[in-house]
Amino acid sequence: MIDIKQLTFGYTANRNVLNNITLSLDGGHIHGLLGCNGIGKSTLLKIICGLMRPTGGSVCVAGVDPSTRRVDMMQQMMIIPEEFSLPSVSLISYARMTSPFYPQFSMEQMNYYCGEMMVDPHEKLHNMSMGQRKKAYIAFAMACNTRILLLDEPTNGLDIPSKSVFRRLLAGYTDESRCIVVSTHQVNDIDSLLDNIIILDQAGVALEATTAEICRRLSFGAVDAAEAVYTERSVMGQIGVAPNTTGEDSRLNLELLFNAVTADRGSIARLIK
Amino acid sequence: MEFSEGKPIWRQIYDLVCTRILSDEWTEQSRIVSVRELAADVGVNPNTVMRSYERLESDKIIYNRRGIGFFVADGAKEHILDIERREFMTEELPAMIRRMRLLGVTLDEFALLFKDLP
Repeated sequence: MIDIKQLTFGYTANRNVLNNITLSLDGGHIHGLLGCNGIGKSTLLKIICGLMRPTGGSVCVAGVDPSTRRVDMMQQMMIIPEEFSLPSVSLISYARMTSPFYPQFSMEQMNYYCGEMMVDPHEKLHNMSMGQRKKAYIAFAMACNTRILLLDEPTNGLDIPSKSVFRRLLAGYTDESRCIVVSTHQVNDIDSLLDNIIILDQAGVALEATTAEICRRLSFGAVDAAEAVYTERSVMGQIGVAPNTTGEDSRLNLELLFNAVTADRGSIARLIK
Repeated sequence: MEFSEGKPIWRQIYDLVCTRILSDEWTEQSRIVSVRELAADVGVNPNTVMRSYERLESDKIIYNRRGIGFFVADGAKEHILDIERREFMTEELPAMIRRMRLLGVTLDEFALLFKDLP
């Protein structure tokens, strides 16, 4: 549903943030977009939804170049940015003002999401704490029922109970026709939701693989140092990533996977492909 | 739902369904919750839950009625107990025996406890 070909982007002429990104993100999946600070995750999301234009290469969302900002495409696209400013009105009034842009919006659904996340949709958005405001916006965005939902660090600022509520709501939002992309550093908050992992580094896409494939090929945790492709020290002794030779799936450890790919993208890519 | 380390999530969901069948929460020939419902209930990707259901189906614990949903198969409980017994004998018990040897626990001590434990 989202096709990105050899995309490059730089905020200044002599330094690119995104280099040679080629990705194909299908519907029916929750894609996790991981990468170090400043690697361009948020920039990529902004390009996908047409807020910015690539310097080179192309992006295609459901067959349309998002920078054309065609109405039929924009109606099917929602982004929850990491930081946002909202007018000083209640969520209900905000939804009344903004929802006409989204034909599938459901007020009933928004109120349900608000109830689940303990947000009062009648309270002024400006009187809410940062976390409450984020949940309010998540409720609105999900109630728009767009086919493409981009979430930039959605769990930042959420309290402990809200994180698991958020997981349940997003799992319920998912269906075959929807393409969900979540950028995050809080891998433990959402790892059970992701079924496709994308790791970006300076040179482009360091890894793109389904979690099923990763768990089939790699094992995580207490691994044999002789076989490991990556190790680090922990309170449990040496832990790391090694080829999975058991024939059984492993339990994905996104943090270890990320560290392993960051340390040496080649060795992980060789094991998976 | 909190997921433990070690076991893959699809396997933990597989176990969750088995537990519900063993505890008679879901009885033979009754319809179980859909993939999407369970995914939303435990906060897991529906594709992961689908994987658990496919495995449960191939293990003859549930079956799919096209367009209607998944149902608990006849003899599901026995299938589950068979599978769990096999796993216990090939994985858990050998690990326990190795640990008993390491700690010098004798068979007599074990037998005594086995008899007394309610």
